[in-house]
Amino acid sequence: MLKRVFIIGMLSILGWAACTPAPASGVGEPNGSGSTAPRPILTVMTHDSFEISQAVVDAFESQHAVELRFLKAGDAGTALNKAILARDNPLADVFYGVDNTFLSRAIAEDIFEPYASPVLEALPDEFKLDPGNRALPVDYGDVCVNFDRRFFADSDQAPPKTLQDLTAEEYRGQLVIENPATSSPGLAFLLATIGTFGEDGYLDYWAALVDNDVLVVNDWESAYYGEYSLHGGSRPLVVSYGSSPPAEVYFADPPVDETPSGVVSGGTSCFRQIEFVGILRGTELRRLAEAWVDFMLSPAFQEDMPLNMFVFPVNPAASLPPVFREHLVIPETTAHLTPDQITRNRESWIDSWTEVVLR
Amino acid sequence: MNANPSSLRVNKRGTGFQTGWLLWLPPLTFLVVFFFYPLARIFSISFGRGDQGIFSLLLQALTSENTRSILGFTLGQATLSMLLTLALGLPGAYLFARYRFRGKTLLRALSGIPFVLPTVVVAAAFNALLGPNGWLNMFLMNQFNLAHPPFNFMHTLGAILLAHVFYNTTIVLRMVGDFWSHLDPHLAAAAETLGATRWQAFRRVSLPLLSPAIMAASLLVFLFDFTSFGVILLLGGPRFATLEVEIYTQTVNLFNLPTAASLSLLQLVCTLAISVLYTRLAKRIARPITLRPVLLTQKGLASSRQKLAAGVLIAALLIVLVTPLAALGARSFTRYGTAPRGEVVQQGWTLENYRQLSEDPQSSIFFVPPTQAIRNSLLYAAATVLLSLLIGAPSAWALARRTSSRLARILDPLLMLPLGASAVTLGLGFIVTLSQPPLDLRTSPVLLPIAHTLVAFPFFVRSLVPALQSIQPNLKQAAAALGAAPRQVMLYIDLPLVGRALLVAVVFAFTISIGEFGASALLARPEFPTVPVAIFRFLSRPGAINFGMAMALSTLLMLVTAGGMLAIERLRLAEVGEF
Repeated sequence: MLKRVFIIGMLSILGWAACTPAPASGVGEPNGSGSTAPRPILTVMTHDSFEISQAVVDAFESQHAVELRFLKAGDAGTALNKAILARDNPLADVFYGVDNTFLSRAIAEDIFEPYASPVLEALPDEFKLDPGNRALPVDYGDVCVNFDRRFFADSDQAPPKTLQDLTAEEYRGQLVIENPATSSPGLAFLLATIGTFGEDGYLDYWAALVDNDVLVVNDWESAYYGEYSLHGGSRPLVVSYGSSPPAEVYFADPPVDETPSGVVSGGTSCFRQIEFVGILRGTELRRLAEAWVDFMLSPAFQEDMPLNMFVFPVNPAASLPPVFREHLVIPETTAHLTPDQITRNRESWIDSWTEVVLR
Repeated sequence: MNANPSSLRVNKRGTGFQTGWLLWLPPLTFLVVFFFYPLARIFSISFGRGDQGIFSLLLQALTSENTRSILGFTLGQATLSMLLTLALGLPGAYLFARYRFRGKTLLRALSGIPFVLPTVVVAAAFNALLGPNGWLNMFLMNQFNLAHPPFNFMHTLGAILLAHVFYNTTIVLRMVGDFWSHLDPHLAAAAETLGATRWQAFRRVSLPLLSPAIMAASLLVFLFDFTSFGVILLLGGPRFATLEVEIYTQTVNLFNLPTAASLSLLQLVCTLAISVLYTRLAKRIARPITLRPVLLTQKGLASSRQKLAAGVLIAALLIVLVTPLAALGARSFTRYGTAPRGEVVQQGWTLENYRQLSEDPQSSIFFVPPTQAIRNSLLYAAATVLLSLLIGAPSAWALARRTSSRLARILDPLLMLPLGASAVTLGLGFIVTLSQPPLDLRTSPVLLPIAHTLVAFPFFVRSLVPALQSIQPNLKQAAAALGAAPRQVMLYIDLPLVGRALLVAVVFAFTISIGEFGASALLARPEFPTVPVAIFRFLSRPGAINFGMAMALSTLLMLVTAGGMLAIERLRLAEVGEF
């Protein structure tokens, strides 16, 4: 019997040694371009939602004779914390995925080296939130209230158009939102209300939402797949992304011609999340890191993002895939708050919100 | 017998201090490198970031109204959850220990599956069953013509408690059940012959003998509930927060590291206090007994009263532990599509969710076909089992044989601490410590089984120690007197007698690894996605296809887990314990 234990043990060791875990398709495999010199490895640290197509990776790797390695380090906040704590001995050369709600934290902790990419010229000023060019904008997405079109068609009710509408009696008990203390779209929606009603007015607005029986859950998955009527829940209004309706078309089976969800986009009812990339201080591959940043801002990468991550290009030269051209609603105006305002007040805003909504 | 010179010689040579220390070496090295050092570093960095000293920070945390109410809730819900888990688990353990019935092996394996399921998936299953539009509410509304769902389950304390019972009953079933199955039923029978009622016999004879296993299981269940994160967040909703949830919010959202560190420390101190209490009590109740092979302790269900009781119990286990799994499985074979302007159409039963798992229209580099994700999960699990064996077995032996030694008394509660550490805090600790060669493991795949082993290790120890301590010392003394070296005593006396408990320990290590407890908070992962990681990837995107695929992959995870557990039990390691 001991022999058996021993054999099992040995087999496991051998098995472990023989097959290190299988990487996601293709990552890390040499791509056979024939060169024998070892290629430098450029490491990109990012959050768990990062996606990129194989072909786009291949294009960059062969153009710059480099091997790309991606490190997923948790949700956006967790990944940033790790980058900050590893400041003295960085885990990677580039960090992608800090958004405008976390931007000031990244800048204050001084984790990025400035880089004035030539591609910046081409980008609209509204996205360039760091004048020091330590963090460069890559993509944006809007957090908006989505509505279940079938529900409103069936009940002969007009869907809401603005944030103010949501407090009307006819939408009583219809909205589900995420907790700003635990969820990124939840925080973005709170910011939309502060941008719209001001620091003096947003708590009154929330009190009215509470009176109108708003439901709060902790995360997007619970809200969208648990409570939203489109996916079997009972509430026809949900805080989600402006990109969710086109995603519903793209991930529909059988295919549909019209999106089942609409977007409440009137006034400043949406909050725009902008994501940034930066070169981590202390990289030994500065030149390649610059090339990667340029690449992320160029159409090749920018056009790959929408169907992979459901965020949109900041570079106007990049065109959107057809499903977005047909089904995406981009609000004309969004709520505006600077990253500094957000970082300075995040805690007190969330605390006051908690006091009014959850207590 | 101790006067026998040969036995004295044996004692001097082997069971003295040197071997004790040697046994402690692997676990302590492991814990110092991968647990205490990272924690100490991150605490010192965190407190260094604040403008106050550590003591004023701690004092502030402890005296704050908010912290006290969170701590109160954390302890309260953990106590309630533990009691409810015992209420279902102990009768179940008795059934598994004393009776043979058809489907027993399968039921045992099924009861272990919840342990590995990601909370997001469990929340989806509970929602499908008990949510506002869940099956139960729909049924009641149809039956009684109600306009609104009568039953509000999600985001209540009840949801938290039920989910904890769902997750942790298997701990009681396995740890207590296996120990119980080796208790000699004749002891209780003898008490009854001497005039005790069945209840008296149970309370005075069986219960005291069982209590080491019950206490060990209770400790683990309590600690799991005490540091609960996903269940509180997803099923409890925003009105409930445990210390672990608050640590996450303070760290990730507000980057308030000093406060987060004081809360983490508070959580560790509570864990330590509970473990010390456990060690004190356990020391008093551990006693050697004669273990019996299962063949002699188990019987079939004979009378119709026994059959009825067993039926009720099995039904309860099925309802609490298996219906959510069945709901998930059923959901994975359905696909909801929205007709252009019509109602939601459920397209009957379909295999589409499974077929599409192997496709990725965007050919993202992070996509893995399910077979590869399963392979990765199994490899990590195998490594975790091995690593837990290497460090868990020696510590269990050291604890069991030297309970009276000072060293063991001090170390025992410390071994439980990994269960009480906040995953968020420890993850940041890894980042700031494992950064220099030869231990630059921050981004290495090796860190994953190491992280899993930190959680699996306390389970390993607690599963083995009660069995080891119950071995009659005279067996060992006899072997020693006959000239067996300590190593031989361990191999030929201890190991065969605790084979079954060892198996339980291995199953725990396997399931803990497959379920990936808190690992995503710990690591900066390179691209070796496991099944839970792949499930999260689907669930974080909108669209009917993604939800369907997440359900399909969850069902595969259940099958792999059940298969893995059945395979481990088949290894016939089981026979070890059967003498």
